Amino acid sequence: MIFRAKASKALDKAEDPRETLDYSYQKQLEMLQKVRRGVADVATSRKRVELQATQLEQQSDKLQKQAQQALSAGREDLAREALTRRSGLQQQISDLQVQHAQLQGEEEKLTLASQRLQAKVESFRTRKETIKATYTAAEAQTKINEAFSGISEEMGDVGMAIQRAEDKTATMQARAGAIDELIASGALEDASGQPNDDISRELEQLSAGQDVESELAAMKAQLGSGSTPQAIEGGDGDEPAVEGEKKAQQEGQS
Amino acid sequence: MIVRILGEGQFDVDDSHLDALNELDSAVESAVDSKDEAAFRPALQGLLDAVRDWGSALPDDTLVDSDLILPPADAQVDEVVALLGDEGLIPDAL
Repeated sequence: MIFRAKASKALDKAEDPRETLDYSYQKQLEMLQKVRRGVADVATSRKRVELQATQLEQQSDKLQKQAQQALSAGREDLAREALTRRSGLQQQISDLQVQHAQLQGEEEKLTLASQRLQAKVESFRTRKETIKATYTAAEAQTKINEAFSGISEEMGDVGMAIQRAEDKTATMQARAGAIDELIASGALEDASGQPNDDISRELEQLSAGQDVESELAAMKAQLGSGSTPQAIEGGDGDEPAVEGEKKAQQEGQS
Repeated sequence: MIVRILGEGQFDVDDSHLDALNELDSAVESAVDSKDEAAFRPALQGLLDAVRDWGSALPDDTLVDSDLILPPADAQVDEVVALLGDEGLIPDAL
């Protein structure tokens, strides 16, 4: 209906009809290469999206941790800001998950298309060899026309599938490129798009302060070893919160 | 009859189903005519499901031309317009 073997047209051009079979077979092998490259390209895009999602999730976890630290230091404003930024990231992450599912779908489709085409090309090769072995001029036209049935249609279908996959992938790659740039610039840490702003710095300082406090607490607990394990729990709890608050106040004054 | 769903493969569907397929096809056709994307999606889905249910998938190494060619499941209305003849996707008689 849409794709019909243009065998007769192709035959007109060839001096020996058998050359048409070889020529078509070459085209089929090229198409097979193309669809395999298509599978590889889509897989590359899928892996890129996976990597980006991982990076954003790490960033999101970090903000979650910073929000907790800010809250335990009595800085609810900072905690709120961190959580707001985190929710922006979550949105990006779920967008990436949708893209990932689409790419996975395209990858599966093209993989199946590649398998179908490979089986058909193999069938065509067998037919071609049979025709060439038993070739007589009288029967050439009919036999060769028969040989083309099905394969041109499959080639058309696979060609379309590759085109569709390429179109979809191209759109996503443009978006992926934009996200990569945002990750590289650090702008994703800030919903307003300004990297390393005051809020980010304050959150970083708070984290660093907290980390130092908890390490100190752990060391103190170790020095006083043999003593009760509660010391560690106590160190992680109320005490650093007060320390953190003091620190924040000192920084505010300076 | 041999039916190809683009991007999916070929199915052998008994000719006795032609009328039923035509009925499903007319739903697709009218959705396409009115460019009604909301009606188009389930209509195409219904047609393709019928082909999958009633037909049996041809082995991958089969080389045979299709009597009918249907759009891929994720096709847009505009793409189908390009494929459609006056008789819809399924001709009234083979």
